[in-house]
Amino acid sequence: MQRYLIRRAGQSLLALLAISVITFGLSHLSGSPVDAMLPDDAGPEEAERLTREWGLDRPIHVQYLTFLGNALRGDLGDSLKWRGSTALGIVAERLPATLQLGGFAVLVSTIIAIPIGVLAGVYRDTAFDAAGKLVALLGQAMPNFWLGIVLIWIFAVKLGWFPTSGRGGFSHMVLPAIAMGWFQVAALMRLTRSAMLEVLDSEYIKLARIKGVPEWRVIWVHALRNAAIAPLTYFGVIAGVILTGSVVIETVFAWPGTGQLAIDAIRGRDYPVIQAVVLTFAVVFILSNLIVDTLYAYVDPRIRYQ
Amino acid sequence: MRLRGQERMGTRSPAATPLPAGLRSAGRLGRRLKRYPLVSSFILVALLVFPAITADWLAPHDPIQGFVPDRRQPPVFFGGTWEYPLGTDRIGRDILSRIMHGAKVSLSISLVGIFFGGVLGTLLGLLGGYFRGWLDAVIMRLVDISLALPSILLALVLAVALGPSFRTVILVVVFVLWALYARQVRGEVLSIRERDFVARARASGNSHARIILRHILPNVANTIVVLATLQVGSVIILEAALSFLGVGIPKPTPAWGLMVADGRQLIVSAWWIAFFPGLAITLTVFALNLLGDWVRDRLDPKVSQV
Repeated sequence: MQRYLIRRAGQSLLALLAISVITFGLSHLSGSPVDAMLPDDAGPEEAERLTREWGLDRPIHVQYLTFLGNALRGDLGDSLKWRGSTALGIVAERLPATLQLGGFAVLVSTIIAIPIGVLAGVYRDTAFDAAGKLVALLGQAMPNFWLGIVLIWIFAVKLGWFPTSGRGGFSHMVLPAIAMGWFQVAALMRLTRSAMLEVLDSEYIKLARIKGVPEWRVIWVHALRNAAIAPLTYFGVIAGVILTGSVVIETVFAWPGTGQLAIDAIRGRDYPVIQAVVLTFAVVFILSNLIVDTLYAYVDPRIRYQ
Repeated sequence: MRLRGQERMGTRSPAATPLPAGLRSAGRLGRRLKRYPLVSSFILVALLVFPAITADWLAPHDPIQGFVPDRRQPPVFFGGTWEYPLGTDRIGRDILSRIMHGAKVSLSISLVGIFFGGVLGTLLGLLGGYFRGWLDAVIMRLVDISLALPSILLALVLAVALGPSFRTVILVVVFVLWALYARQVRGEVLSIRERDFVARARASGNSHARIILRHILPNVANTIVVLATLQVGSVIILEAALSFLGVGIPKPTPAWGLMVADGRQLIVSAWWIAFFPGLAITLTVFALNLLGDWVRDRLDPKVSQV
């Protein structure tokens, strides 16, 4: 277990380093930040002064190490758009909104997907199974931004059940959470179904039935407990789905989170904020993957020895 | 004839938990649909390939030049005319024509992106799996890093650095896909290279390049084809999401994601502008996923899909 954890943590660190290189390269790929910062009427002396001040005349690896050192201390510079606030500060301010929506979406989709997946496995090749499969296939085919717009159109505008956008009470979360979670429902459902099929076929389930354990207990306690391991790995992917989804869904629903911030920053060429968002997303993503993998290795010993 | 076919089907598949006759027949319908991939292939051809190829001749209107006096015309059964079967957008462009041309964009992005991503990933997977050693270690670390990056972040970074364009989207797709091929192919090559026929090929004086290309590659071809077909749908969604966010295909190219973004603000007064392009994405990806599932079941049940 320990060796597995060390190896896994090492991989995560490597990935983080790679992402820091990419974020660092970002400001250089798109031309000198000096040009972006200076007013049009500034002379070459002004540009030279800024270049020296920001250390852009130093060798590239020195610049990278400076960047990395600052980033480790949580200093990614000030936002170009919101003067006076640090890039990381703005991201930290917006992050709770994203986590709230994402967490709610995960909760809702799990509550919906697991029971349907279990039943689809139990009643395989019936109308219920077919309907479940259809919903899953549709869920994986619908682009979430479009689903969000259609949900707003029907349930917010036409029926007036939910607010169209913004962050507020519980009712504000319903539509964006559905739009964000639909895809996961599809994936989780399929995973649960196939895991259930496998488990229901095993000897210990037959034994439980022979012993006279009630059927509902066989399915929801004995079988589900083992079948739930497979969907568990999927929760590592979910972090990515939520972060990816947040960029799109927050734009559609005007939800004031980091995803919306990312798009705003890109439109405004606010490099420090873009770097801060990318790094924050990467840390969240890699950390949650690490946690899920650790949990998974804990639950299923075979993983540790691969 | 038909009766016998049904009988055979009934005896082949193991009986499921008994259900009322009505439900059972619906399940049988699902199985039949699964058995007749012609249905899904047909939908696919009708929805994606046909309009994409014929858009230049068959699309009734110009996809980029609109006729402003005809703006916001509703679809034909909602008070519009056959002149614009799916209505027009806010500057009088025909939605149907734009969807047809959009199919061309989606199709070319996914084909080109999957081709390059597949070739790159397969090549690295072959090299890593065959030669092992430090080369393999380096490639696998790169795979780890690449899989640890949420794809949307990569897309945002690239879009900022290079500006939104066809080329940027292709690059994003390649970056997102190559690692999946590399990991899968490498895994299979590891076991193939231990087989007798490889040792014999080596003993009879074949070069490494020849062994890899003539003896090993054909054995992983199925996997590659399965991966590629399973991915077309998700690549189309990725491209649409990028374009929707304004970091993918630039305006005024008729890309489906862009069209949804165009109609987003008008969903109340002119719902068809955003609705139909999204529907086109959904149906296309749905059909492609069906086809992908079928190809996987046929060629290689090992590749799992979530």
